[in-house]
Amino acid sequence: MNIITTQNLSKAYHHKDGVVDAIKNISLSVEKGSFVTITGPSGSGKTTLLLTLAGLIRPTSGSFSFLEKELTHVADSELAHFRRKNVGFIMQSFALIPYLTCIQNVMMPLSLNKVDNAKQKSIAKEVLANVGLENRMNHLPRELSAGQQQRVAIARALINSPSVIFADEPTGNLDPSLSIEILNFLKSINKEKNITIVMVTHSPIAAEYGNVKIHLNNGQISSMINLN
Amino acid sequence: MNLLKLVWIELWNKKSQLISSLMAIVIGIGVIVGIRTINVYSEKAVAIKLDNLGANILVLPQAASIDDYYTSDIDAPTIPMEYVERILTSDIKGVDNMSPKLTRRITLDNKKYVLTGIQPKDEIASKPLWQTTGFGKELEASCAPSSDENTSHGYEDEKLKRKAVDTLDYSECLLGFQVAKALNLKEKEILKIQDKEFIVAKLLDETGTVDDDRIFVNLRAAQDIFGIPDQISAIEIMGCCNAISDGLLGRLRNILPDTRITTINQIVSTQIETNKMMNKTSVIFLIIILFVGSISIGNYMWANVNERRKEIGILRMIGTLKSEIYKILLLKAIILGLIGGILGYLLGTISAYYMGPVFAQIQVSAIPIFILWAVLISIGISILGSLLPAYFAAKIEPFSNMQEE
Repeated sequence: MNIITTQNLSKAYHHKDGVVDAIKNISLSVEKGSFVTITGPSGSGKTTLLLTLAGLIRPTSGSFSFLEKELTHVADSELAHFRRKNVGFIMQSFALIPYLTCIQNVMMPLSLNKVDNAKQKSIAKEVLANVGLENRMNHLPRELSAGQQQRVAIARALINSPSVIFADEPTGNLDPSLSIEILNFLKSINKEKNITIVMVTHSPIAAEYGNVKIHLNNGQISSMINLN
Repeated sequence: MNLLKLVWIELWNKKSQLISSLMAIVIGIGVIVGIRTINVYSEKAVAIKLDNLGANILVLPQAASIDDYYTSDIDAPTIPMEYVERILTSDIKGVDNMSPKLTRRITLDNKKYVLTGIQPKDEIASKPLWQTTGFGKELEASCAPSSDENTSHGYEDEKLKRKAVDTLDYSECLLGFQVAKALNLKEKEILKIQDKEFIVAKLLDETGTVDDDRIFVNLRAAQDIFGIPDQISAIEIMGCCNAISDGLLGRLRNILPDTRITTINQIVSTQIETNKMMNKTSVIFLIIILFVGSISIGNYMWANVNERRKEIGILRMIGTLKSEIYKILLLKAIILGLIGGILGYLLGTISAYYMGPVFAQIQVSAIPIFILWAVLISIGISILGSLLPAYFAAKIEPFSNMQEE
């Protein structure tokens, strides 16, 4: 079953020097439960593709759908609802709110879904325990190491039991051993929870974790290997 | 977690910014509350002064002068008694008491006195100097609210308790201090005026006013003595000072066009003018505060939104709606307004408490209803200043946090 499908997806940015095509005519299908890695040189359009698939930016042309629901032209509010229910995000810079504690950061997606406070707390505690941060729940992000911060971000991404996690260079700020730890963790949730993972990476080691490997060049797919 | 908690944590996280943004609004609201508090108590002081002066408005025949009224000229023109009814049945507010009277000079034992016909009950409320005389029951003469606005100040005027003349029968009279002395009359003795006999019901205490030389009889008796039924020389009115400054005289002139209506309390006019000026000043301050406060809060919000673009981007990324971002900013504005309003009220009230005696020679205390106004105005200013930053915050793209990587 395809979870993400795109048809001739393009995104162009308007600059004072002219129009820059970040991605051009990308058509792909991602099966549910896949671990997709997107690689390519800087400026090849990896992040733009990720953001477009996640419903964070709108394509200039083409279409994309999620679980066969066309999302290209839906309202902003519908896209926001789509994200809060189906998507988790893991970013290179962790994207944590600095003045919220770990548990408060993790609870945020649940609060948007109007889950009551007690339930928010119990689920957040459980998820934080799963990522090994049960003793750091009330710490602020700045009080944690980079690896711990990324684990908080993973906990936040997991808390809504999303269908897909979009990860943009999740190991970019981590040392090699921590990177492996995080990648193994992503692999395990991909296998155990059948959560689809779409990960942008520069690292060839990280790219090896994927079972669908997409390589971009100049905004176009130059190669796509499906190991499923 | 919920939006309110998120806002509160964020505000608490940046206390110094919060304090500096609140300064303008607290000082502004404080100034308005301070001026209004002193003003309200100043108005109250004026009202009490006016009450102490007794009647403060005179309704005279068009052709009569105030001199005629005081000299009680025998030929002085009169006005119909019906005018009293006309005021009573009108919707004019601020008339606390009316004393219709007929005054003429009479001669007794070759000496001239002033005979004044009065309506009992109405009379004494406008004559506080008589209150020590001690007859009749107590009545309350007060500065009645001239408009609904006056009741919203959150205070009630102090009531001046005075003695009223319960009854003054057709055959009874009251003697001023000098008259009683000159005629050598005591209570219960008989005074004969043009074939009519009057029992001296009471001797009035010395007042030091023209009343000391007057003989008071029932108005109807006076009209019969002078042969002018249903006519009176004047209507003395005790008007509320607020109502006078609100244009009571003009309204009286509208319903009694062929009369001469004048105030007799020049000494309080200055204070009434001062109150008016303070009212205007507080309005000017309100306008200034609306601008300065809104700009200050707007500036804070603008800086806050710019500083937190990344956080707003994160919130948008995980699915926060634009409307919820807008709500977060407005919630913040409401909290700022609430805190600013309460602190402004406290500042203004404390300032008024200490400055009232110095600048207006009046004792001032807190007016609780002002806290509601202070908070409402403060929240209004805060929301006004936050609308534009909130609009732009809601437009921040959800991926903005990723672009600086």
